[in-house]
Amino acid sequence: MRRWGAVLAAAVLAGCATGPDADPRDPLEPWNRAVYSFNDKVDRAVAQPVARAYQRVVPGGVRDRVRNFFANLADPFIGVNNFLQGKVEDGITDWARFVFNSTFGLLGIHDVATEFGLEKHNEDFGQTFGRWGAGPGPYLVLPFLGSSSLRDGVGTALDFYTDPLTYVSPDEVEYALWALRFTQTRADLLDASRILEQAALDKYTFQRDAYLQRRRSLVYDGRAPREDLELDDEDDGKSR
Amino acid sequence: MKTTASLASALILCLAAAAALAQPAAPEAPDALVKRVTLEVVGLIAKDQEIRAGNRAKLIALIEAKVLPHFDFASMTALAVGRNWRKASAAQKARLTEEFKTLLVNTYASALAAYSDQKFEFRPLRARPTDTDVTVQVRVLQSGAQPVAIDYAMEKEADGWKVYDVMVGGVSLVANYRTEFASVVRASGVDGLIRSLADKNRSLGAGAAKL
Repeated sequence: MRRWGAVLAAAVLAGCATGPDADPRDPLEPWNRAVYSFNDKVDRAVAQPVARAYQRVVPGGVRDRVRNFFANLADPFIGVNNFLQGKVEDGITDWARFVFNSTFGLLGIHDVATEFGLEKHNEDFGQTFGRWGAGPGPYLVLPFLGSSSLRDGVGTALDFYTDPLTYVSPDEVEYALWALRFTQTRADLLDASRILEQAALDKYTFQRDAYLQRRRSLVYDGRAPREDLELDDEDDGKSR
Repeated sequence: MKTTASLASALILCLAAAAALAQPAAPEAPDALVKRVTLEVVGLIAKDQEIRAGNRAKLIALIEAKVLPHFDFASMTALAVGRNWRKASAAQKARLTEEFKTLLVNTYASALAAYSDQKFEFRPLRARPTDTDVTVQVRVLQSGAQPVAIDYAMEKEADGWKVYDVMVGGVSLVANYRTEFASVVRASGVDGLIRSLADKNRSLGAGAAKL
């Protein structure tokens, strides 16, 4: 614990010393980069190999069932977040999905609701705070969890407390379910992370910017106002 | 909802047909273009055993033949490089465009190689007929997850509609590269950016050969 305190203090000091090149959205960049490279090592050593083995051993149809099962457990609180954002119709859809999928979908392993025309949504507490007007705040890379921000980090803590898996007992079953869900999620992201690896000159910046753009888009439910890409918008007058 | 969508697309088809009759050289509507090219490319890949078995060179040749003509890489590169674009010489601009194009084609090839029979939903275009800058929306449907939105920002040019940015799940490629490119240019100039793009492409070429 004390060691983490020292690391944090060092990072904050380093953060103060990054100079004019620092990205204003990422004041803790040195700290974030350190955590990023730690996460990347864990990912390469453990998460990726496990996810690859899972993908190799478990047939695609079964993986779909696993994904659906966990997606169904998440729908009630996706609904709560939609209600908190004033999107009553979407919230009702999420709860209806949960009812249909838990019953006709055999405890959620079949996503029958989508076939009925009830579309799956993507909501969490971070997005709710965003909808209420909170900006992301400083970008953060969390140990093991990866890209986040001050706003989304607080949101993630609430997501954790409202996650049904948190209340599963006995503990062995709870941990097994967490591990399975994590493996499924990582396996679903194998292609994306390979593409990221290929596309990026600097993986850290590329992922950070993609995360910030993605979260902004999610807060607006995909209808974010387009950012102006004109050549002059960054012009500070110096180059004239 | 579905009826409105098909009504709207029927209407667009009628309008497109009418436009085609009125002026013989009218370019294909941007949403029709995206749909046609997407389905054509996916169909060709589905039929091609070699590409399905991982023949990357063949996949890239397919992209170059079918997809590239509908992209405006010069605009894309200019937008991604941002204000440093004006500091670049004509030769540097040409190199940057070429290297960025290679990188994007490689990335696109990886994305297509990861495609596994997901269904597409082509959204009707919401634009006025006089618009010259539109966003064409496609959604990729997947089980147990929210559909992934792929938006093509397109501009009307002399030889038809051209894509100048692609947004995947709300992430604009051009905007994402802009921050990266700006920091490389700040550290090592425009030539530094050309070098690092070229290095990246070489390492991808070497990686692909091993696959």
